Amino acid sequence: MTSMSSLNALRTDKRMVIAATVIMGIALAVLPFIIGSGLGNSWLRILNFALLYIMLALGLNIVVGFAGLLDLGYIAFYAVGAYLYALLASPHFGLHLPVWVIIPAGAALAGIFGALLGAPTLRLRGDYLAIVTLGFGEIVRIFLNNLNAPVNITNGPQGISGIDPIHLGGFTLAKPISLFGFTLPSLHAYYYLFLALALFIVFVTIRLENSRIGRAWVAIREDEIAAKSCGINTRNIKLLAFTMGASFGGVAGGLFAGFQGFVSPESFNLMESVMVLCMVVLGGMGNIPGVILGGILLTILPEIFRHGSGPVQVAIFGKILLDPEALRMLLFGLALIVVMLYRPAGLWPSTTRRREFRGDSTNDVLKEGE
Amino acid sequence: MSSTLLEARAIDKHFGGVTALRNVSLTIRQGEIYGLIGPNGAGKTSFFNVLTGLYHPDGGELIFAGEKLQASAPHKVAKLGIARTFQNIRLFGNMTAMENVMVGRHVRTHAGVFGAVLHDRRTTREEAAIRRRAEELLNYVNIADRADDLARHLSYGDQRRLEIARALATDPKLLALDEPAAGMNGTETASLRELIEGIRKDGITVLLIEHDVKLVMGLCDRVAVLDYGEKICEDVPSLVQKDPKVIEAYLGGSIA
Amino acid sequence: MDIFIQQIINGLVLGSIYALVALGYTMVYGIMGLINFAHGEVVMIGAMVALTVIKLLANSGLPVFIIILLALAAAAVVCMAVGFSIERIAYRPLRHAPKLAPLITAIGVSIVLQNLSMLIWGRNYHAFPPILPTSAHDVFGATITTLQVAIVLIATLMMAGLIVLIHRTRLGRAMRATSENPSIAQLMGVNINQIISITFIIGSALAAVAGLMVSANYSIAHYYMGFMLGLKAFTAAVLGGIGNIAGAVLGGILLGLIESLGAGYIGDLTGGFLGSHYQDIFAFFVLIGVLIFRPSGLVGEKVSERA
Ligand SMILES: Nc1ncnc2c1ncn2[C@@H]1O[C@H](COP(=O)(O)OP(=O)(O)O)[C@@H](O)[C@H]1O
Ligand SMILES: [Mg+2]
Repeated sequence: MTSMSSLNALRTDKRMVIAATVIMGIALAVLPFIIGSGLGNSWLRILNFALLYIMLALGLNIVVGFAGLLDLGYIAFYAVGAYLYALLASPHFGLHLPVWVIIPAGAALAGIFGALLGAPTLRLRGDYLAIVTLGFGEIVRIFLNNLNAPVNITNGPQGISGIDPIHLGGFTLAKPISLFGFTLPSLHAYYYLFLALALFIVFVTIRLENSRIGRAWVAIREDEIAAKSCGINTRNIKLLAFTMGASFGGVAGGLFAGFQGFVSPESFNLMESVMVLCMVVLGGMGNIPGVILGGILLTILPEIFRHGSGPVQVAIFGKILLDPEALRMLLFGLALIVVMLYRPAGLWPSTTRRREFRGDSTNDVLKEGE
Repeated sequence: MSSTLLEARAIDKHFGGVTALRNVSLTIRQGEIYGLIGPNGAGKTSFFNVLTGLYHPDGGELIFAGEKLQASAPHKVAKLGIARTFQNIRLFGNMTAMENVMVGRHVRTHAGVFGAVLHDRRTTREEAAIRRRAEELLNYVNIADRADDLARHLSYGDQRRLEIARALATDPKLLALDEPAAGMNGTETASLRELIEGIRKDGITVLLIEHDVKLVMGLCDRVAVLDYGEKICEDVPSLVQKDPKVIEAYLGGSIA
Repeated sequence: MDIFIQQIINGLVLGSIYALVALGYTMVYGIMGLINFAHGEVVMIGAMVALTVIKLLANSGLPVFIIILLALAAAAVVCMAVGFSIERIAYRPLRHAPKLAPLITAIGVSIVLQNLSMLIWGRNYHAFPPILPTSAHDVFGATITTLQVAIVLIATLMMAGLIVLIHRTRLGRAMRATSENPSIAQLMGVNINQIISITFIIGSALAAVAGLMVSANYSIAHYYMGFMLGLKAFTAAVLGGIGNIAGAVLGGILLGLIESLGAGYIGDLTGGFLGSHYQDIFAFFVLIGVLIFRPSGLVGEKVSERA
């Protein structure tokens, strides 16, 4: 009897999942049209950036959220992906390689950078690792800024412009695409491409999380000594986390370069690393939906403040009293503080997910204060 | 007489001025339950840490199943077949009991990133086997009903059992338990004793640090006593109990 | 002019400032195990406040010495209040939260302070009014200005004072006890909250002094100046062995020397391939090198993790 009803529950569960997936799919498919017509192209661009940030946040989540390694220089891998694209597909060197070569190459190169950074530093204690990765991020940025002389590789602070837009199968995403009498605007086309890759990264992350490797990452985060004693080669597994996380960053970076058509060192400063870290922690470290939420919120929130801080001032004071840019970041900083004070484990932490899932309400008195 | 499984030769370990282990040699035979006792601070846990590669010994060597153990390589030690528990339980608190045991299978399985992402036949089969084995082990230590609870939500006794299950998941030849009965009540200790006996029956050699004298004396085939980092005695329990040096070490015979 | 000696002098001046700021990081880290990410911004606030006071009083006819002192007092008071509030608002409620939570609030505070400063003082660079003596002295073929001498002297005095405070007073003993083991210190009757507040206040006062020094030394201040400075100073603290007072001093001075010597000679060293704009890289290369070969810093004790 019980087995019958649980079987039924399972069936309804499955149906629910399929229904939810279909609804989600439709929503994601029509989203750019709603946003494009409702809020205009600038918000559509923001939506595309949100997708890039989701990829970054998911990559960093592997390092910080799963493996528990604090990386403050993550944006360097985004930079590696972006500059590789810029160098291989722009007038700068006169190279115009196709995107299906560059993006995987960017992922691989960023992964190699991840391993290079990780190899000597992974045995460092948490805070030291944080500061070394931060230093690494700055080193990469300083080199990008200065590698224009004596040989001009990165074109220095001016950055590289005129980067080829992404081409797919004979179409360039920079112009509206006409297919079967239907025209897809450029921003929409980029949206679908980014969405596809973001979903792919979500898929890879979920698969990894529920695997032997993913468990080893979390085990290291939870207790490195116990993990070692279980036979986990912690150095290699951490290195793998760095490499995987970095390669996601490389993919996002390549897409960014193609989308933006321009890269410069300023896009890859420490504040960007910090921003991605905030997405991971504020969203809910280690929890994939939480991290996605963090990515969306922290992309959109500063933009809302940006669009709001001028007009609202005009409405209240009749003129702009305070520098809107400063005001927007000020509000953003306050939001970070407030959210962390009220939800120190993030907005959507993995433990609540589990608890909600299993209706488990035992409290943690046992290990509290250890 | 059965064969030697572990041989420790003249192990030394210092921490600054403190000598945790001095010239400790002992041999553990295949299939026995070997007790390691001694007052607090005698160096028992340090011996475990050296044995399992967490600490680098300052002198001496360890031979396990005919192979020299490499210092400071805990994962290799696990691979060779030594598993352990910790005096102050070290579980993966935010993983479920099930996942904790599944982590224990890490060292006997192979799936990498590609397998994990692609879910090829080998990986799915391996993953299913990991899950099956973890379920068996949770059953074996009698906490199958807590499989989906976070490890940190388990009761103290269950956490001890879970740690044993996780250690067993590595398919050890030698299982080293650091004060498994600490903080347990009488009934819990009795069932722990059954569990350890069962483990030995399954052919796994057990090295046991324990304060509970009754448990040690009833369970162990042989016992070594450490005091201030030195082995002062090694014998069958009944003789160890009568050794004057041991009685002295325990301050006037609280052991007898 | 002797470049080597000149770079040593510049390095010592820069290093003294790094050391003062590094002390703030290291004291907080020693007591709470927390990277006070916002500390660099406190330095910036100190510079801005001091500069504002100096600008106000520049034409008042008061002696320069008095103006500087007043500026310093104002900066110190504001910074101490800011430091105290940061701890109360952003760190104290999170003392038992997951480890990364206070790091995020610290970043939040940093962003808030930076932009608050931008709102108050604008985005532009502020020039330091030319009230300071510009006399220069000749040392072994290099020049050192009165200002530079003053910076090194004052920094040295403050550090000496801090060391006396920590090693010779009741308060210092309580601070050391707290950093050794907070729960035991509490059992012994130390008011941990108070000690932590005092630590932030002292660190912020040092930051105020450092803020005035940097802006005087470079004749400039702006809302973004705290960031790189904070980063370098933190690097210096880690270099010396974070949590260790003497280490912060040593790390700061070393970093200052390495940077200015590096900037002076990198061109020659790399055959002109890398120029002096790579100055900022040194801090990080040195840091990474030190941490790889001596993970606990130069002075830090080797901590073996207990299994
Ligand atoms: N990581 C360590 N650092 C410093 N001293 C240690 C460390 N581990 C153990 N010791 C010291 O070594 C001695 C033996 O400790 P331990 O092996 O834990 O004893 P037991 O387990 O027999 O109670 C004690 O004096 C202890 O303080
Ligand atoms: Mg012990």
